[in-house]
Amino acid sequence: MNEKKEPLLRAENIHISFGGLKALNDVSLEIYPGEIMAIIGPNGAGKTTMLNIINGFYKQDEGRIIFEGKKRSKKMKPNRIAAQGIARTFQNLALFRGMSALGNIMMGRTMKMHANIFSQALYWRFSQKEEIEHRKAVEHIIDFLQIQNIRRTPASTLPYGLQKRVELGRALAAEPKLLLLDEPMAGMNLEEKEDIARYVLDANEELGYTIALIEHDMGVVMDICDRIVVLDFGNKIAEGTPEEIKSNQKVIKAYLGEAEN
Amino acid sequence: MFYRECSNFKDSYASDMAIFPIPLDRWGFIFMLFMAFVVVPLFTSEYFITNIIIPFYCFALAAFGLNVLAGYAGQISIGHAAFMAVGAYASFNLYGRLGLPLVPSILGGGLISAAVGTIFGLPSLRIKGFYLAISTLASQFIIEWVIVHWKWVSGGVFGTIEAPKMFLFGFIPLDTAVKKYYLTLCLMTVLMTFGKNLVRGQLGRNWMAIRDVDFAAEIIGVNLYRDKLIAFAVSTFYAGVAGALICFTYVGAANIEEFNVMVSFAMMGMIIVGGLGTVLGSFLGAGFFVMLPIGINQFLGSFMDVVPADILANIESILFGGLIVFFLIVEPYGMARLWHTIKDKMRLWPFPY
Ligand SMILES: Nc1ncnc2c1ncn2[C@@H]1O[C@H](COP(=O)(O)OP(=O)(O)OP(=O)(O)O)[C@@H](O)[C@H]1O
Ligand SMILES: [Mg+2]
Repeated sequence: MNEKKEPLLRAENIHISFGGLKALNDVSLEIYPGEIMAIIGPNGAGKTTMLNIINGFYKQDEGRIIFEGKKRSKKMKPNRIAAQGIARTFQNLALFRGMSALGNIMMGRTMKMHANIFSQALYWRFSQKEEIEHRKAVEHIIDFLQIQNIRRTPASTLPYGLQKRVELGRALAAEPKLLLLDEPMAGMNLEEKEDIARYVLDANEELGYTIALIEHDMGVVMDICDRIVVLDFGNKIAEGTPEEIKSNQKVIKAYLGEAEN
Repeated sequence: MFYRECSNFKDSYASDMAIFPIPLDRWGFIFMLFMAFVVVPLFTSEYFITNIIIPFYCFALAAFGLNVLAGYAGQISIGHAAFMAVGAYASFNLYGRLGLPLVPSILGGGLISAAVGTIFGLPSLRIKGFYLAISTLASQFIIEWVIVHWKWVSGGVFGTIEAPKMFLFGFIPLDTAVKKYYLTLCLMTVLMTFGKNLVRGQLGRNWMAIRDVDFAAEIIGVNLYRDKLIAFAVSTFYAGVAGALICFTYVGAANIEEFNVMVSFAMMGMIIVGGLGTVLGSFLGAGFFVMLPIGINQFLGSFMDVVPADILANIESILFGGLIVFFLIVEPYGMARLWHTIKDKMRLWPFPY
């Protein structure tokens, strides 16, 4: 469907190993603007590792990342990559536990706030205006995710499902060009999953975000994603639309193999 | 019962983001300012002002400095008293030798301390936790050694220089306790206001993010190197100003013994007992630390005529140490958190939820 467009991000022939373990072996994938793309695969397939490379948390041993048509230098720091417009959530929550939900989501705006230290100390004119302006943007996200009543609650005391939602809010607040979600629905009940799926779809359709997500729940993946990449033991074994993936023999075998073990 | 958000539904973000959104808190704060600016200087003794309140303000500043680093940014420093020494000696030299005006000398002492602090903060870019703690402990000994051996800076014997006579704006002599008190109070109030603004603004949020999950902070766009070093600079600036103020207005001399490693430990204790990562906690911890020996003295004095100094010192250490352990175990966020818990209860009283 999107094949004719230039990809927003292209990962070419990525290799990475940890000690003797080859976590990714010559994996290439593209993420096209405006799509929801899923990376699936059995446990330990290398999905999280792929996201970690895309947002610069890990550095690939070989291969290259091309974002918006430009090759990324391997030395680029994660905060510079964030500034280019990539945000993410984590498989095992990485909220700022000592801060409120509001504070966490405000952190998503950090790159957009430019008041210098003296202006902030005075909390005067520019700094105050900036704070209010970004607070408004964050309130929109709070409304979007329907978490108005937990604004002031310390992140550490929130139930798991809401923590996941706040983390999604923090990534959305950065208004990234590419949003990476690592198992946004893991450990949730059906109702919570449906909520998150709704937010992901709305973020894509209404707010226009390009999203790459990892998810184990095949039902959800088949429902909301435009395109799927399947990893198994560090290799890409398939790629295509949900229909193509459903009937792909290699994929079925990979998943059956896992079920047998 | 009247401690309420007072049915004033907040209609703008500006008022929602005020330091004291609840009217009673605001009045409480104004009352404290009134006490500090009017009641204390007019109605209390010179002894009380010089020996209790002035050191209280100075240590509150220093404790806030350490709180920025340890409580907000999560970077431990157990050599913080050394930066107070840097501020003290630097400001004495700026004022006495180079003839800068008084207030610029004190702030200049803070800036020089910040410069030194930033250099000693460099290891934090590579190491964390226990290792960083040891490297900051090293800064304590290195700085002490340099000050004592660099005669030009530390002047006479044992690294002591007398305070020069102080004049504000070059002609108003600061010769009485009350005048020194006002100097300390004004500087403290202004710097604490700035500090509060910093920690509740974006920089403060960046610091807390680094403290909580540094890699997630980096991935959302925080420049770890920059913001850690800024934390060291701000923190040691406050320590430096506090050190300068203590020497000018309380001790009357710059003496390296005032800033030994025990003071560094005591400052860690202050922010633990008072409350990590809060401005209020810096005040509570410093107040507690300054009042404790006096309180014990009073208490024991009601039993015996003369309290032996060694017993006093021992009881003080035991109590202070015991309280640090108590707070670490029972309430890691210190007295400030206890206070907030009480307030939260009152906010909803009489309904438990
Ligand atoms: N930092 C690391 N050090 C060592 N090994 C690692 C590291 N990160 C990942 N691995 C290994 O790489 C392999 C792929 O891990 P990864 O987390 O990418 O899997 P995944 O597909 O996300 O699995 P899951 O579905 O369980 O989250 C695993 O065998 C893992 O143990
Ligand atoms: Mg994973």
